[in-house]
Amino acid sequence: MNQLINSIGRSLPEYVEGYGKVQPFAGAFVTQPDMRRQAPKVKRLLPGEQKLAADLREVFKRIPVTDGMTLSFHHHLRNGDGVVNMVLAVAAEMGLKNLTVALSSVFPVHAPLVEYVKNGVVTGLDTNYMSGPVAQAVSCGLFPRPVVLRTHGGRARAIECGQLKIDVAFIAAPAADDYGNLNGVQGPAACGSLGYAVPDAQYADHVVAITDHLLPFPLSPISIEQTRVDYVVKVDCIGDPKGIVSGTTKITRDPVGLKIAETTAKVIKAAGLIKEGFSFQTGAGGASLAAAYYVRRMMEEAGITGSFALGGITGYMVEMLESGLFRKLIDVQGFDLDAVRSLASNPNHLEVGAGFYASPFNLGAAVNKLDAVVLGATEIDTNFNINVVTGSNGVIMGGSGGHSDAAAGAKVTIVVANLLRGRLPIIRDQVLTATTPGETIDVLVTERGVAVNPRRADLREKLQAAGLLLKPVEELKILAEQIAGIPQSITTQQKIVAVVEYRDGTVIDVVRQVNM
Amino acid sequence: MELRRSMLFLPGNNPGMLQNGGVFEADAIILDLEDAVAPQEKDAARWLIAQSLKTVDYGLSEKVVRINPLDTYARQDIIAIVPCRPDTLLIPKVEKPEDIKDVSQLVAAAETPGQTPVKLIALLETPCGIAEAYRIARADKRVVALAFGAEDYTAALGAKRTKEGAEIFNARSIVVNSAAAAGIQSIDTPFTDVNDREGLLADTELAKQLGFKGKLAINPRQIEDIHKVFNPTEQEIDWAERIIKAIRKAEGEGSGVASLDGKMVDAPIVARAERILYLGRLLGLAEED
Amino acid sequence: MNRLKPAQAGTLESNDIMITVAPGAQASGVVIELESIVLAQYGEAIRQTIAAVINRQNVTDIYVKAVDRGALDCTIQARTLAALDRAGAILQKELI
Repeated sequence: MNQLINSIGRSLPEYVEGYGKVQPFAGAFVTQPDMRRQAPKVKRLLPGEQKLAADLREVFKRIPVTDGMTLSFHHHLRNGDGVVNMVLAVAAEMGLKNLTVALSSVFPVHAPLVEYVKNGVVTGLDTNYMSGPVAQAVSCGLFPRPVVLRTHGGRARAIECGQLKIDVAFIAAPAADDYGNLNGVQGPAACGSLGYAVPDAQYADHVVAITDHLLPFPLSPISIEQTRVDYVVKVDCIGDPKGIVSGTTKITRDPVGLKIAETTAKVIKAAGLIKEGFSFQTGAGGASLAAAYYVRRMMEEAGITGSFALGGITGYMVEMLESGLFRKLIDVQGFDLDAVRSLASNPNHLEVGAGFYASPFNLGAAVNKLDAVVLGATEIDTNFNINVVTGSNGVIMGGSGGHSDAAAGAKVTIVVANLLRGRLPIIRDQVLTATTPGETIDVLVTERGVAVNPRRADLREKLQAAGLLLKPVEELKILAEQIAGIPQSITTQQKIVAVVEYRDGTVIDVVRQVNM
Repeated sequence: MELRRSMLFLPGNNPGMLQNGGVFEADAIILDLEDAVAPQEKDAARWLIAQSLKTVDYGLSEKVVRINPLDTYARQDIIAIVPCRPDTLLIPKVEKPEDIKDVSQLVAAAETPGQTPVKLIALLETPCGIAEAYRIARADKRVVALAFGAEDYTAALGAKRTKEGAEIFNARSIVVNSAAAAGIQSIDTPFTDVNDREGLLADTELAKQLGFKGKLAINPRQIEDIHKVFNPTEQEIDWAERIIKAIRKAEGEGSGVASLDGKMVDAPIVARAERILYLGRLLGLAEED
Repeated sequence: MNRLKPAQAGTLESNDIMITVAPGAQASGVVIELESIVLAQYGEAIRQTIAAVINRQNVTDIYVKAVDRGALDCTIQARTLAALDRAGAILQKELI
């Protein structure tokens, strides 16, 4: 088997069994689209025909769902999701085998998937993020075929352009009418934006809406339109609200995290971005969310109004919208009840699909308009390549999500991280699993210094002039190792358990099975 | 004159906080063996602080250890800690000059040959301590500052502790005056509501106004705001530069008397201007001469 | 010969290490049982640090159980010394 080296120096096989031919990553903006969008078959529904099905079994029979199909799901119900398990239970009951699950993010609640893999109901997984027992099982080599790990923008692109062909999209809908109009802001399982379900609804061969809150036709507002929905199934409960939305997300209390967050805001200011029309995206927890607090203070002190905040919307961003600090919110996913409430009632709070949010192959995704984005990392190397897929022991505990997309789009991409996570230095010579390429990462902010990517001499000058403590990334690495000692590298087995695709569909790295 | 705008308490039995103490850029970090450590853990905390002093890089921060009072564990603390070369010891509940003299003797006995003499800061937390403030400040040449602890003090007075601080106004003034009379620094009590940023700023402004040179801090989030208050402002630096210019001009002309904006510039004003410029230059806020 | 009694120091908090010592049987040597959240990366280093402290104190025949939550060397040393102290081991002055 021949090995390729991709443009960030990762060694990859030319072909991966169960995945196919590897197109190696060649640069963040090098690979261009060369295809047309795929198109699902045209269908019709005659006047008087009904979409409401008695139950999922009936839907399975009518489609019919057969062995080997790809079933897709969104993750807007997060760790409170009940739909994936519900659908797979029916598949198992009906003796189906060899299914591929295309679920935009996998959470601990999806643990039953492990059993389905063990008994052959499911043999493939296509996702943008994994945590919990499924992630563990993948890392231990349970799946017969490598898992495909994409970015949020990449998944939209893959669905639109035909690399991810969905046979049946099961869309968990917090609110629906009997003709298949869906939204995520009404009902007991309200989750906010349904952005990650949009490409599925538009391109799957069959679309099934599953709801626990059926409202009279016509539903309003409409996030997913009736014209692409084949069936509507009402069930007792699509998910547990406590696992779906977290009340309100709180910023970290860790003083080191707060210092990092404050320094991050200073970096954004020094870069000259805190001015009228500022646009911003940040993560939902930890130091990333704390950065929003300090950025807000700077915006208030400067008396400016931002154009939009993007994400991943939390109550904190909603507060900023409501106090006039941002004119608009662009929302692909809601994290808490405030985000849901605001989406439902504020016309300046916009719901967008995954492609609009982050796809690289359309005429401009929202990430392209970002001034600054603040991201996390499990590891970073001296070329600024980022790992957000595997933890320090090689086990999968995440995935790009929107990481690579936002990093590529934003004017200034800042990664925040404690120099030492527990005892582990975050800066390595080589990350275990490359996810986001260093060329799209501009600044690393740690509690012991800020490192600027050498490609950004312009930024470096500005940050230096503002008096920020700048250090070369190599120096920070050495400092971390002086404090903690040099860690021994962990070894993995040869077998590839996941293929990590960059947003354009090229392969940026692979994940290998861990030693247990 | 050492910079002690902020002095941050770090719990002495908490490895995570001790190893990160240098990150917060406080002027001084106080590794705390007293209130932060339960009696049954004092021995373990001693070992932890000893090791931390030897290996953790606290950057430019002054390394201070708050030992226990003389009537409990001060002796063991001094024997274990002093050879590890802290810069300074913070002595709690100091009530009389003899307390300082006793500590100074114990410290001298514990110092190793060639070790830079360890400094002392007396923490006055009781009515007796306040009553004896001046004599305590002069008790030993190792004493470089008086610090004020309002929580224990108000409890002893039987008064209610408030954010506005009327109940501690007198004690604060005594501490400032006694320290100044003895030629040493005064450090104000911590502001205990870590979520009240406005309150912290107001309390620190008051402390600066009263003449304190710095403030104790109980949370890293407080440090930047405390520094902002104690740093000379642009106007103050501007004023100070003009004063020095006026004095130099007067000296150049052979006159001993200078005036600025219609007011006479006498020795205390010059001293204040020099101190502002000194601080400003140290902090990079003012240009070098 | 062995005048040690069982003793413990440290906590299970993040960045700390809990060290429990007990006298070992005659000629059993220094036995270290280690659990750590960073076992793969620092397991060897942690054992060496603990063993070095024990050896410098001239303690033989001791059983050590260590539960590590990502402690740095200075913390491992401090907790080991504290445990030995509590166990009644006569401590040589630690070099500065």
